[in-house]
Parts: sequence; structure tokens; C-alpha cells
Amino acid sequence: MSGFRTLLYKEVLRFWKVSFQTVAAPVLTTLLYLLVFAHALAGHVQAFAGVTYLQFLIPGLAMMAMLQNSFANSSSSLIQSKITGNIVFILLPPFSAGEIFAAYLLASMVRGLVVGTGVFAATVWLIPLPVGNPAWIAAFAIVGCGMLGTMGIIAGVWSEKFDQLAAFQNFLVMPLTFLAGVFYSMHSLPPFWQAVSKLNPFFYAIDGFRYGFFGQSDVSPWASLAFASAAFGALSLLTLHLIRRGYKLRH
Amino acid sequence: MSDAAGGLAVEARDVHKRYGAVPALCGVSLEVGKGEFFGLLGPNGAGKTTLISALGGLVRADRGSLAIMGHDVQRDFRLARRAVGIVPQEIVFDPFFTVRETLEIQSGYFGLRRNGAWIDELLERLALQSKAGANMRSLSGGMKRRVMVAQALVHRPPVIVLDEPTAGVDVELRQTLWAFVRGLNAAGHTIVLTTHYLEEAQQLCSRIAMMKDGRIVALGSTASLLAEFSERVLRVKLEKGGLPAPLAAGAALEATGWWRIPIADVAHVEDALRTMREAGAAVASLEVAEPELEEVFVKIMRREEAAAR
Repeated sequence: MSGFRTLLYKEVLRFWKVSFQTVAAPVLTTLLYLLVFAHALAGHVQAFAGVTYLQFLIPGLAMMAMLQNSFANSSSSLIQSKITGNIVFILLPPFSAGEIFAAYLLASMVRGLVVGTGVFAATVWLIPLPVGNPAWIAAFAIVGCGMLGTMGIIAGVWSEKFDQLAAFQNFLVMPLTFLAGVFYSMHSLPPFWQAVSKLNPFFYAIDGFRYGFFGQSDVSPWASLAFASAAFGALSLLTLHLIRRGYKLRH
Repeated sequence: MSDAAGGLAVEARDVHKRYGAVPALCGVSLEVGKGEFFGLLGPNGAGKTTLISALGGLVRADRGSLAIMGHDVQRDFRLARRAVGIVPQEIVFDPFFTVRETLEIQSGYFGLRRNGAWIDELLERLALQSKAGANMRSLSGGMKRRVMVAQALVHRPPVIVLDEPTAGVDVELRQTLWAFVRGLNAAGHTIVLTTHYLEEAQQLCSRIAMMKDGRIVALGSTASLLAEFSERVLRVKLEKGGLPAPLAAGAALEATGWWRIPIADVAHVEDALRTMREAGAAVASLEVAEPELEEVFVKIMRREEAAAR
């Protein structure tokens, strides 16, 4: 019997044991974003017809929290294990590269989805949202969290110190999330920045996710799903390759 | 001991490893038979930990092959890793979990779901029962070390590798640990041990390899290494008179004023004393020093240094 289940369980237990920090805090942060941006921008931005700015904002902020927390889970688990040295307890058992990859990825997705659920659970009482198509919501939640969970593994494997991980997070993940249309519709941008946005895989995760609620989006949800899935697939292949080679793990 | 086909617990064939430009292993070949208590000795930086890491798959050899219980550590990594339990040299732990959780999780990594009885036994034999529910962070260094030993044993591996398990550990724990490891060896487990405490190695290990600069520089049974490189010595301090010429020929004078006179066996002590008495030398104190692994170690390391010059 394989140890995959235990590794997944351990990775979930790891964040669950500190859930104030890993679940409650990001939910609260998201609510604060909602409060502040809603107050500042509510009168100025009309993104979709028939949708208030507050409503428009919620799926975007929820997805942003999901993406960031999926990334944080795998990356922080790996860098902590590497720096404290307890990564040996993962490297000595008979795990295949695929098992290590899948366990870290799925645990990241679980955290992302738990945080996302928390955001909706906290806001649904105040600002009800339409749920146009739950299948699209689920699909983009899964692909978005998966994409960032994989990026988290890459960052965790590559980083040798917290500073490098912080660089990855602040200079790559944060700009990509903030410029992915969380706070605005892409159509409000000048043509050049619209084109740039279309290179950002995070944009498709957020745009498609929103489509699941409102039935409206900047690009077709099928195109979004294709782009986001392609990014997820490519990142997964790269991650698997790195783990199989033992890149920065097995010297 | 190690010639029967399939009778090997550990087999290293011409293993090479470099870290960048720095060579760590330069063609190490080694066989450890099943059931042996094997010592791997050498100064810091000799390559012992690299060799052990390569056995556990933590390090990939550039060239050569390694096998545990006949399973190649790269090709048959699943079987090889099931067959070995490694206690790393550095104290490491996961601060998120208690002692029992740590051991249950480690069991699960090997696919063992209901391992409670064995975990209880390990906790008892390593004197950790009272700490089973304590968080790893709250444990002393010695206790963390014992948990690491338990972690390496959760899957009952036939081969157990201990990389300096007693470094910085108090005497009582050291004795508990050795009694436990001896018991495992008596039950048929193969033990590979590295230590800087050569007395321990001499008492425990039936065979020894000495490493220096990534090479094996001596390999043999503990008894044969002692016989070849160390000797029984009669140490005497004289009250008056000099050491008679027949004895002085082979003897050495220590800085403390003690003479060291090599003797083949204890019966020769009487002969030496008679020679001194007849020559009028009066003995103030005397002792017989048995052969020591430390002397073997020092001689071999000096020989290697001289050869390298």
C-alpha cells in the first residue's frame, strides 16, 4: 500500500492545525478588501450590466484569496521542511515523484477551496450572489487552485531561503493576481493593457470563475478554461520533471 | 560473511560523487553482510554521511551503484527504501506534530496504517511513553534524537543506518540506545553505524571500514584491525634505575615519564618485570594497556596523510 494518502493527510493537517493563520486570517483580509474597495469604488465602476460593483468584486476577491492561499500552502510547507531539514522524512520513504507532487498539490487545492468557501460563507449574508452555473464555478476553482498549488511547489523546491520565496511571491504571484481583473473588468482598460492581460493565466481563472456566477465575462468561459487548464498542465509537467530529477531536493 | 550471493545487506560498487568541484566519494566499494554490526569511521569530511545519504536516495551518485538487500537504490528505489531505516546525523523534526503523530505519519508513509502496537513498543523501548502526546518542539535534544531513531524503525527495516547517533547525547541515553540497537542486531537486523566515539565502535562493531577523503582506507574485522595496527603495551613508571637494554630496544618513553613496552601477551609481563628486577630497576607503577581502536585509527590516518604528501 502506498503512503500517498498519509502524505496528503499530513499536508492538510499541517495547515489545519494553524487554521487561524491559514484560513481565518485570509478570509478576514478578503472581507477588509471588500469593505475598503466597495466604499472607494462603488459609485465609479460599473463592470457588468445588472451587477453591482460589490457583487462583481466578491468572486474576484474570493478567487484572489484562493490563488494566494493555494500558492502559500505548498510553497511554505516545502521551504519550511527544507530549511529545518525535516524534508528528509519525505525523501527517505518510498514515494514516487508523482505521489509527492499529487499530495502537495491536492493539499494546496484543499486550502484554497476552504478559504474560498470561507469568503462566500462570510459574505453571502450581506451581499447575495446569483449562482448562474455551479459547474463553471467548480471548474475554475479547481483549475485556479491547482495552477497556484503547482507554482507553490516550484517556488518551494527552487527557493533555498525565505527571501527567495518572498521574491517569487511578491514579484511574480502578487502582480499577476492584482493585474488579473480582480477589481475591474478588462474592457475598462486601454487596448494595450487588454492585450497584456490576456497573457496572464490568472486572468482566465478569475474571468471564468465570475462567469459561473453572473453568466457574463470578458472572454468566453471555454477559452478561459482552455487557457487556464493549459497553464495548469504545463506547470504540472514542469513540476513533475523537477521532482523526478530531484532538483534541489536530492543532491 | 559477505560472499554468499544475495547475502548482502549493503553493497556499494565504485561509487563516485562530487559536489561541484569538490569530490566527496572517489570510488567507494563496500559490502556489508546480513546481520553484521558494521562500523563506518573516519574524520569529518571523509564522506561517511554522503555515502549514507546515497544509500537513502538523498544524494545521487555520479557513478557506480548502491544496493540494499539486493535492491538497487535508484532502479528499485521503493524496495530499497523499504529495506532501510536511516537516522540522520542532524536533529530534525516537524514542529507541527506530537511524538505519536510523528510516528503514525511516518508509518503511513510506508503504507502501514495499523502500526499502533509497534509504535507503542518503540516508545517503550526508547523510554518515550510519557512524551507520546507532547509536541516535538517541547522535547530535549536527546529525546528528539530518540524519536528520530523510532521514526527510522517504524517500518521494521532489515537494515538500520545510524549516522553519529550519540553525538552530544548523555551517558545514560547512550547506554539505553546501545542496549536497544544491540537487541535489534541480535534479532537479525543489520546495523551500519558511524561514530566519533571509537570506544563505542570497538565494543559494538564486528567489522569496520575507515574512510578518508572519499576513499575506504582500511576494511576488516575489528579484531584483525586491532591485531594489525595496535598492540598490547606494558606501561611502567620507574622509581630508580633505567630501563634495561633488552627492553629499551622496543620501548618508547612518554612525555609523562612512563615507558611503553610492547608485549605479545600477558605471560610476557612477568618476563619483562623479572628483567627489570634483575637489572636493579624499581617499578613505581605499572599497567597493561589493551589494543585500542583509537590507536588503529590514528595510525591509519597518519599513514594516509603521509601517502598523500
